[in-house]
Amino acid sequence: MSLLEIENLTVTFQTGDGPVNAVNGVSFGIDAGETLAVVGESGSGKSQTAFAAMGLLAKNGAATGTVRFDGQELLKLSNRELNRVRAQEIAMIFQDPMTSLNPYLRVSDQMTEVLQLHKGMSRKEATAEAVRMLDAVRIPDARNRITNFPHEFSGGMRQRIMIAMALLCRPRLLIADEPTTALDVTVQAQIMELLGDIRTEFGTAVILITHDLGIVAGFCDRTLVMYGGQIMEEGPTNDVFAAPSHPYTRGLLKAVPRLDREEDSLQTIAGEPPDMSRLPAGCPFSPRCDQVEDICPMTRPALEGFDGNRRRACHLNVKEVA
Amino acid sequence: MATDPILSVRDLQVTFDIRRQGAWPWTPPMKLHAVGGISFDLPAGECVGIVGESGSGKSTLARAIVGTVPMSGGSAVFEGQDLATMSPEARRRHRRNVQMIFQDPLAALNPRMTVGEIIAEPLITHEPKTPRKEVKRRVAELMERVGLLPNLINRYPHEFSGGQCQRIGIARALILKPKLLICDEPVSALDVSVQAQVVNLLMELQRDMGLSMIFIAHDLSVVKHISDQIVVMYLGRVMEQADARTLTTRPQHPYTQALISSVPVPDPVLEKARPRMVIEGELPSPLNPPSGCVFRTRCPKAQASCAEARPEMLDLGNAHTVACPFHEVEEVLAVQA
Amino acid sequence: MFPNKQTTDTLLEAAQVAEVRGRSLWRDAVDRFLKNKAAVGALITLILIGIFALFGDLIAVWNNEEIDWGIMGQIAQKGAPSIANGHYFGADELGRDLYSRTVQGTRISIMVGVVGSVIAVVVGTLYGAVAGYFGGRIDNIMMRIVDILMAIPFMFVLILMLVIFGRSIFMLFVGIGLISWLDMARIARGQTLTIKNKEFVEAAVATGVRPFTIILRHIVPNLLGIVVVYATLLIPGLILTESFISFLGLGVQEPNTSLGALISAGAGQMQYGVIWQLYFPLFFFLVTLFAFFFVGDGLRDALDPKDR
Repeated sequence: MSLLEIENLTVTFQTGDGPVNAVNGVSFGIDAGETLAVVGESGSGKSQTAFAAMGLLAKNGAATGTVRFDGQELLKLSNRELNRVRAQEIAMIFQDPMTSLNPYLRVSDQMTEVLQLHKGMSRKEATAEAVRMLDAVRIPDARNRITNFPHEFSGGMRQRIMIAMALLCRPRLLIADEPTTALDVTVQAQIMELLGDIRTEFGTAVILITHDLGIVAGFCDRTLVMYGGQIMEEGPTNDVFAAPSHPYTRGLLKAVPRLDREEDSLQTIAGEPPDMSRLPAGCPFSPRCDQVEDICPMTRPALEGFDGNRRRACHLNVKEVA
Repeated sequence: MATDPILSVRDLQVTFDIRRQGAWPWTPPMKLHAVGGISFDLPAGECVGIVGESGSGKSTLARAIVGTVPMSGGSAVFEGQDLATMSPEARRRHRRNVQMIFQDPLAALNPRMTVGEIIAEPLITHEPKTPRKEVKRRVAELMERVGLLPNLINRYPHEFSGGQCQRIGIARALILKPKLLICDEPVSALDVSVQAQVVNLLMELQRDMGLSMIFIAHDLSVVKHISDQIVVMYLGRVMEQADARTLTTRPQHPYTQALISSVPVPDPVLEKARPRMVIEGELPSPLNPPSGCVFRTRCPKAQASCAEARPEMLDLGNAHTVACPFHEVEEVLAVQA
Repeated sequence: MFPNKQTTDTLLEAAQVAEVRGRSLWRDAVDRFLKNKAAVGALITLILIGIFALFGDLIAVWNNEEIDWGIMGQIAQKGAPSIANGHYFGADELGRDLYSRTVQGTRISIMVGVVGSVIAVVVGTLYGAVAGYFGGRIDNIMMRIVDILMAIPFMFVLILMLVIFGRSIFMLFVGIGLISWLDMARIARGQTLTIKNKEFVEAAVATGVRPFTIILRHIVPNLLGIVVVYATLLIPGLILTESFISFLGLGVQEPNTSLGALISAGAGQMQYGVIWQLYFPLFFFLVTLFAFFFVGDGLRDALDPKDR
C-alpha cells in the first residue's frame, strides 16, 4: 500500500465568475521513501493538489475525492486530527520561507513549540533536538544562532530552517512546494543537495512540486506532469525525460534552453497558459497541442497505464507522439 | 574587433548612499558600491549577456546605461557620445535610442492605460506631432509584429497573460526603432512554455531590426542561448567574460564554474552523472564586501593572497578575460554534439 | 512560434474583426460596487437627499426666511408638523418653516462637505504626488510644511478667522479648504512612493517622458482609487466639523442655516415640547453621514487593490 494515496481528487474554488475547478479528478500515490516530482506551469493545479491533501485550501476552495495517508482518510478528518497528522506525519515547505516563519518569534521558540506540543518534550530536550536538527541542515553555529529571529538569516538559511522545522517530528512525507524558486542557482544547488541527503538520512518520502525540469531530473525517482488541473503523464523520471509519451511533456522538454546543447531556435508550445474558468471539455492541452485531433477538445482522454509502470492521458498512440 | 562598438562601457561605477536607520541627518551616509568598475564593448547588432545572482549589480548596470540611476564614475560611450557627461535635456532626447524591457511584465504596464496608449507612449513623447492615425497604424503594425492581435488595442493590461504582457512591453520598447535594447530578466517571470516564445521573438526581432542587445538574466541557460558575449558578474564586479560558447564549455573562473555546475540540466542521466561543484555560503553584503577578490569568501581555490589585492583582469586572448590568477579550465559540463 | 504560417493566418483573420473594447479597472470597480447592496442602497439614499436639497424648495409653502405670524408664540401648540398649514416639518421657535430650513441646511452642509473634499482631492493629490515623486529635499520641505500646518490647532484658527473676518459661508469654505487637504496630501504621498517604484513608471522615465507628464499620466490615475475612497469618507467628517462650528454658533449666518445649526437650535428648544425641531434635522444629518460612510466602504471594497 502506498504511503499517500490520492484518488479522483477535485478542487473547486467559488470565485466571482462562478465555480472554477483548479484540480480535476487527479489520482496518484507515493510509496514510503520515494521521491515524486509534480511538474507543471502556473494554473496546472500542482500546488492546489498538495494544499487540498494537507487541508490547507483557501476558504473559498473545497476538495472532493479521497486522500488516504497510511490508510487514513485525510479529507474527512477534523481540524484537530488533521493538525496532528500535519505536525507529525506530513510536513510541507514553501517557496517563501518567511510566510511560514513568525517574524516576531525567535527560531528556537518556533521550533521547540512543535516538539513540546506533539512529542511532550521538556523545553530543554526540545531545544537540544532543535539544535540537532539545525546541525543536520548545516546551519553553522546552530547552538548560538537558534535564538536569532528569522529576518537575521539569509534566504537560503531561512529555507534550511524551514526544512529543519519540517523534519522535527520525523515526518514520513515531506511536500516541498517550489522550495528553491526564490533562491539563486548556487544556493538552489545547496538546498537540493541538502534535500537529497535528508531523504537518504531520514528515509522521508518527498513530493517535489516545481516548474523546473532541471531540478526534477537530478532529484526525483518518479515524475508526474500536470496541465490544466489534470495529469498528463506519469512515470519513472528517466523514462519520462528520455521518451515523453505526451505532446505537452515533449513540448515542455524541448522549450527549455539547455546549457549543454547548441540549438539555433527553441521549439515552442504555441498559445498561453490555460484559463481555468474556460477549459475545453476534453483534453485541457488540446488548444495548444500541435498534434491535436478532432476528438481531443471533445472527449477527455483517460489516464491509462502502459509500458508497465507509466501512465498517460492522450488520445494519440505512444508511437505517434514525436 | 572589426567594427566600432555601438556601446563601449569603461570602468562604469554606480554608488548608492545608504542612510543607516536612526542615524543623525548629518552623519555621512554609507556607500553601497552596486556596480564597481565594469567594462565591456557591445558591437553593433550583437547581444551581450550579463549573468549574475541577485545582488550582483546586473540590473543596476542596466539602469545606469538606460539612465534611470545615475553613474558615479566611468563612462558609457554610445555612438561616440558619453552618456555620463550628457546634459539632462540631451540625455532625455537620447533615450529614444536606448529602450528597456522589464522583468515583471504586468508591473511594467500602467494598469489604467489601454494597450494602445501604452505602446504609443514613447512615440507620442518623442514625436508629439505624429498624426493620431499614423500613431494608431504604427501601434497596430507593431502589435502584429510581436504576435498580438491588433484588435486588442483598446484592452487593458490585466486582461492579458504574462507572456502577452511581455509582448506589449516589447512592442513599446520597439516603436521608436531604438538601436539598443536592454532586457532585464525578460523571461524569468514567465512560464516555461511561454519563455521560449519570448526568447525566440526577441532573437527574431534582433536579427530583423539589426538591434544591439544587452540581455540580463540569472539563468545562464537562457543567456547562453541568446547572447554572443557573456559577462559574469558577482557583487558588482566582472568575474569572467568570453563568447557564449567558450564561457559555458571552457569556463576559467571558479565562480563561473560553480554557476554552470549549479544550473540543473533537464536530463536525468546526465544530471546524475555530471560533476557537482557546490559552493558554500551566500552572497556577502554589498555594503561590506570582502577585501581583495569579492568572491574569495566562497571560492574553493581561495588563498591568502586573494584577500590582499583585487585580481586583475587577465586577457586570455579571443576576447576572453578572467579576474582570477588561479584560473584553469574545469570540465563541469559534458557537452553533447 | 512567430511567425509560423498558422498563427499568421489566424492573426490576419482576426485583424479583420472589429476592435475589442477593453474593460478598464474602473469598469470592474463599478461592477463590484453595484454588487454591494448596502453601498448601492446608500448611494440611492444620497441621490434622494441630493434631490431633496436641490429641489425641496419647489414643494415648500413657506420660504426659509418667512415668519408665520399666525403661530408665533404658540409653537408648541400650533407649530407641530402638519400638511394642512404647510409646515411639513413643523416650525421653529420664531415661526419659520422648518421644512424649507432643513432643505436649505442640508444643501449648505452637503456643499461644505463636497467643496471641502474637492479642494482636498485636487490640492492634496497633486501636492502629495509631487512631493512623493520628486522625493529627497523637495519631499522633505513639502511634507514638513504639511506637518507644521497640521500642528496648528485648526479648530482654534478657524474660530479665530470666523471671528476676525466675520461669519460667512465663504470664510467657512476657506477655513475648511485650508485644512482638509493635509491628510490627503500625506495619503497621496505615501501611495506615490509605492507607485513610483513600479516598473511602469521606470519604463516611462527610461523612455524620456517628462516628470510632470509622468505624474499626471502614470501616478495620479493610479492614486485616484484610494483618493476617491478617502474623499467620500472625508465628506461626512467635514459635515461634522461644520456642524460643530455651527453648534458653537460660529458657522453660517442667519437667515441661512446648516444641519448643525438646526440641530443646535432644536436641542435648545427640546424642553419646550417642540421635539420635531431636533428630529428632522438630526434625521437628515444622520442619514447623510451613514450614506456617505456606506458609499465610502463600498468604494473601498470595489477599488481594493487586492482584487486586481
